[in-house]
Amino acid sequence: MEELVKLTIDGKQVEVPAGTLVINAAKAAGIEIPAFCYYDGLALQAACRMCLVEVKKAPKLLTACTLVAQPGMVVHTETPAVVEARKAMLEFLLTNHPLDCPVCDKGGECELQDMVFRYGAGESRFLEQKVHTEEKQFSPLVYFDAPRCILCYRCVRICDEGLGVKALGVVHRGVYTEIGPNRGDHLECDECGMCIDICPVGALTSGRYRYKTRPWEMQHVGTICAHCSNGCKTTLGVRNDAIIRANNRDRSGLNGEFLCVKGRFGFDFVEHPERLRTPLVREGGELRPVNWMQAVALVARRFEEIRARGGRIGVIGSNRTTNEENYCLQKFARQVLGTNHIDHHRTGDVVALVDALAGRTGALATTGDLYRTRAALVIAADLAQQQPFLAFQLRANWRHHGLRLYAVTPGPVREEQYAVRSVRCRPGEELAAVEGLAAELKGEPELVILFGDAVKGELVHRLVAFGDSLGIPVKYVCLVDYANSRGAADMGLLPDLLPGYRPVAEAGLERGMALPEILAAPDLDALWVVGANPLKDAPLASTAAFVVVQDLFLTETARRADVVLPAASAYEKTGTFTNVCGEIQQLRKAIDFPGAKTDLEIFGLLARAMRAEIGPANPEKVFEEIRATVPGYNVALPVLAAGGAAPSSPQNGRVPVEWRPELIRSARDTLFRSGTLGRYSQALNSVTEAPGELYRG
Amino acid sequence: MTFSPELEAKFARLVTHYPPGRERAALIPMLLFAQDEVGAITPEVVQEISRRLKVSPLEIEEVVSYYSMLHKEPRGRYHFQVCTNISCMLLGGAELFEYLKEKLGIDNHGVTPDGLFSLEEVECIGACSWAPALQVNYDYHHWVTRERLDRLIEDLRKVS
Amino acid sequence: MLYNEPHPLEVRVLTRRFGLPNSQSIDTYLATDGYVGFRKALEMPPERIIEEVKISNLRGRGGAGFPAGLKWSFVPRESPKPKYVVVNADEGEPGTCKDRVLMENDPHQLLEGMLIAARAVGAETGYIYIRGEYRYIIEILDRAIEEAYARGYLGRNILGTGMNFDVYTHTGAGSYECGEESALLESLEGKRGQPRIRPPFPAVSGAFGCPTVLNNVETFCAVPAILRDGGAAFAALGTPRNGGTRLFALSGHVNRPGVYELPMGFNLLRMIEEVGGGIRGGRKLKAVIPGGTSCPILKAEECDVAMDFDSVAKAGSMLGSGGVIVMDETTDMVKVAVRVMRFYQHESCGWCVPCREGTIWLRKILERLDAGRGQPSDIDLVAEISRNMLGRTFCPLGDAAAMPTISYVQKFREEFEARLPKKVAVETPLVVV
Repeated sequence: MEELVKLTIDGKQVEVPAGTLVINAAKAAGIEIPAFCYYDGLALQAACRMCLVEVKKAPKLLTACTLVAQPGMVVHTETPAVVEARKAMLEFLLTNHPLDCPVCDKGGECELQDMVFRYGAGESRFLEQKVHTEEKQFSPLVYFDAPRCILCYRCVRICDEGLGVKALGVVHRGVYTEIGPNRGDHLECDECGMCIDICPVGALTSGRYRYKTRPWEMQHVGTICAHCSNGCKTTLGVRNDAIIRANNRDRSGLNGEFLCVKGRFGFDFVEHPERLRTPLVREGGELRPVNWMQAVALVARRFEEIRARGGRIGVIGSNRTTNEENYCLQKFARQVLGTNHIDHHRTGDVVALVDALAGRTGALATTGDLYRTRAALVIAADLAQQQPFLAFQLRANWRHHGLRLYAVTPGPVREEQYAVRSVRCRPGEELAAVEGLAAELKGEPELVILFGDAVKGELVHRLVAFGDSLGIPVKYVCLVDYANSRGAADMGLLPDLLPGYRPVAEAGLERGMALPEILAAPDLDALWVVGANPLKDAPLASTAAFVVVQDLFLTETARRADVVLPAASAYEKTGTFTNVCGEIQQLRKAIDFPGAKTDLEIFGLLARAMRAEIGPANPEKVFEEIRATVPGYNVALPVLAAGGAAPSSPQNGRVPVEWRPELIRSARDTLFRSGTLGRYSQALNSVTEAPGELYRG
Repeated sequence: MTFSPELEAKFARLVTHYPPGRERAALIPMLLFAQDEVGAITPEVVQEISRRLKVSPLEIEEVVSYYSMLHKEPRGRYHFQVCTNISCMLLGGAELFEYLKEKLGIDNHGVTPDGLFSLEEVECIGACSWAPALQVNYDYHHWVTRERLDRLIEDLRKVS
Repeated sequence: MLYNEPHPLEVRVLTRRFGLPNSQSIDTYLATDGYVGFRKALEMPPERIIEEVKISNLRGRGGAGFPAGLKWSFVPRESPKPKYVVVNADEGEPGTCKDRVLMENDPHQLLEGMLIAARAVGAETGYIYIRGEYRYIIEILDRAIEEAYARGYLGRNILGTGMNFDVYTHTGAGSYECGEESALLESLEGKRGQPRIRPPFPAVSGAFGCPTVLNNVETFCAVPAILRDGGAAFAALGTPRNGGTRLFALSGHVNRPGVYELPMGFNLLRMIEEVGGGIRGGRKLKAVIPGGTSCPILKAEECDVAMDFDSVAKAGSMLGSGGVIVMDETTDMVKVAVRVMRFYQHESCGWCVPCREGTIWLRKILERLDAGRGQPSDIDLVAEISRNMLGRTFCPLGDAAAMPTISYVQKFREEFEARLPKKVAVETPLVVV
């Protein structure tokens, strides 16, 4: 049992766990003590002096942010002396502040403005010349205006403590003190922009957002990031059907306020000039624009034709389309086209893990588990580069709870900064190295194992057997690449499995061709690619195949297509994604993109044109069907509706599939790459760190 | 880069003065000693010390820009640091500083074109009871007068 | 070497070896009761050593005047962590130059004080953090340390007792703030001289996060005599609660400025008149800063005060670091205020808002006033800004800037008013104090 401490704040009796800071004890009692430098989860500073409070028997005002609640303590947070002190601090802050609020990006959501509004100090007694320095561009994405800076050091701490990057520091001294970047005049960092959003004032501003709009002119739409598999909530600022910025200052998702460079800046692919705005049909060897009716009619006619003559149709689904779309695609393929040659680019061996954990529940770790587990083991993955939010969670766990981290990787990774043990191994020898840690791991109370694509097929079973041998509770995360990689597997975009990892035999089907076999089949009659770019890496053997591609851009695959259908992006639709940890979250539509349709809509149009019945092309209806039919997806709808994350829980017996480790291959994207989407993000490509590489530490 | 054998020996001893894993503690002495030998905290010095102590260049910049004795630009061979703080001020320290500015033809933080002299107005140097005082490099001069200054500068010119 | 002649009124305890031939050498030291106190300490249980220091009424000589024995008793001896002894030799308080002569003339006395502290708290490592400008003192100390190692007073198995103690000098590089004990520790660890959040205090978490005894040079230098002659004898030299002697650095407009060791409680006027030889040129005394620029100024009529921590505090100022700055009637108080504020503005580390912004604001107003471009409201504004800093800054530097400034404008308001531009050219005589 936690020891509790009773104290009085503004006449209210408050009971808090021993060790609680007065600023948080007050918060628990509904009393807000203002602060700039105090920031939940980061190191204490006591620099801004805004949280000064009166404490009975103390000779002077004390900072509530460093004061530990003591039994019987009597605290007053809004006495005349306190208010007067806060007003004085604000007056001090404003003396050398440029007061350029009318042209400041932060205007309207500036904590300094808010505080002055609350405490006054509206009259200036400062007649002297202000200390001034010119604004600096730290990177294409990060600008720094020192005169606006109030030196709360939040940016320095989030970069160092939060990310482990340490790209920002404090230089010079006294009134000339400034925040400085790590490469002389510029930054070399993750470009995550955490420093920008954590800045209480307009000192750090976004190269993408600055001077574009006033905050109150935007609508704010909370949806799920379109890029990696971590499933971060990103709140899009939308004005006139354009996304102006992305952040998560409201800490609404499982990621709190965390976003990486992709989540915060990488949304700009949606407005890339090469974005497809109209269907294209190949005529005389060239793709020419047609209208949707013509394109859909053509596809329906050819599909019907090929189906009628018993032709071979291959279907390749996406790591980025919604669960609803993936579910419908496999349903369309299997029921309408009568084909089981369906697959997607598999970036981690989720299937093997589900099989190895057959019959267990609670053996898949959630993102929340990563913040709470006492010990974790990372195998063959550069988390900071590939799984930035998972890396952030583990690091926060280490900072706040002393997580004991083990890392077995082929090269240096950032987690080694704090790992209790890090082992370098040659590719292919990961498990042997892991098994060498058995004695140490047995001493841990619990463990979460995160593994990359090097652990697949039989090795996954060996890993789970190893986990069982430790004699402690072990949970697993099979690392995958993209926003709905996990959902693609869950929804049965596989030649041998139906949604929920049920064998195709249950539906009376034979195992179909996997992705490489589809591409290599010389007699393939049709290829339908939805949100994927398989021809970037491998040729299509069948020269005669009728190729239909649904995508945002004219990818290598789309260029080979006979019909290209412009698809909507994740930010232009509703539906659900399942993240790397199996947590289901809802997308909310932020904008409309003229000319594009969601993949689900396209399936609906095609079905209607083919006079086939796949159910309504409505995400809510499809999700209801998924909840009813897919094991593990019967999650509580209110959780999703409220913007929460609902963990899926696959419950099944063994998954009788043939192990095909050669099909598992991560794209090895770095922080600054994101498959097709990354290629069309000007922000991601603008920074000097791009494209980056893995295992640089 | 390499330093003189004497300085290398000093550095080798220095890092042993601190607990294992806390070698960063040697940073400020190392910077100051390196500056004494090289003449300034040059980018090469930063790089070298960064490598030796495993402290990032940014962390070194944080420190260098904080301490008033550390400087990135070279100074004169004879760096005049004139105290004008209160005890010296009461006995003419500020006037001596003005006199030196005029005599050397340089401003605060200036260096003479021949690189021989540089000038800095400094805070209390711990010679209050023997004011006015100044330091030329690390050497103290107490009870300074214009005449003594003239003589000192003449002597320094002669030896160089 | 000695920069000023000793004075017959001095009570020379810490300075007893000053002027002896080779006073820096261990031979001279040993020949004059050197390391006797430490040898005694070796025979005593650690608690007894601390008790003796408590009996001596030795209070911290850096400026705050915290009882040294009590400070040592806060160190958790049973802690499994290593313990450290750290000397604050970052003498930087304007008006103060006593630690410099203590280290220059009798370095072994400091080492002995450290050894006794180490013995009392179970420390095996000591650092002397010296301001960078005192390079020649570092050389003197390094030589003394070398001698002490050679004679078995430092290193492994000291004097065959099994005690281990290593001492190293550590240079600063120009920062007044590093005289604040937690900023000093940050600097010792190779960082910016920014003070730490306290608690924890250094006794519990100091150098490298370990329990640390941290005192001023003069405080450590008093310890050998306390152990040698007994705490009671030391206490008897001073006044109640203010044991011993202390070194006063007399500077400014006196005939015989210098560093003098006088008993605690020595009368300030007498110090100026008799020890300092009176005001230069036969002028009248105007004011005195009794303990370095951080202390409020005393007008001439307030100077009949016993120089100990409690009496000076009662007089509305502080004994501080013992830097007694004497000003005669010609002194321009506006210029004094400007110069003092320029110093604090230059040395403010910038960490917290009121000190960072307050010192530059005050400096600019005071400079403007001094230049004859003041406004009538400026004088009250200076006092109010100072009060807005007072007691609200992260570390004492803000108070050190604010307190004296309030005293200047309060006690010499007419001089500030006289500096205001005249709207109408009326000839009024200048107020002369």
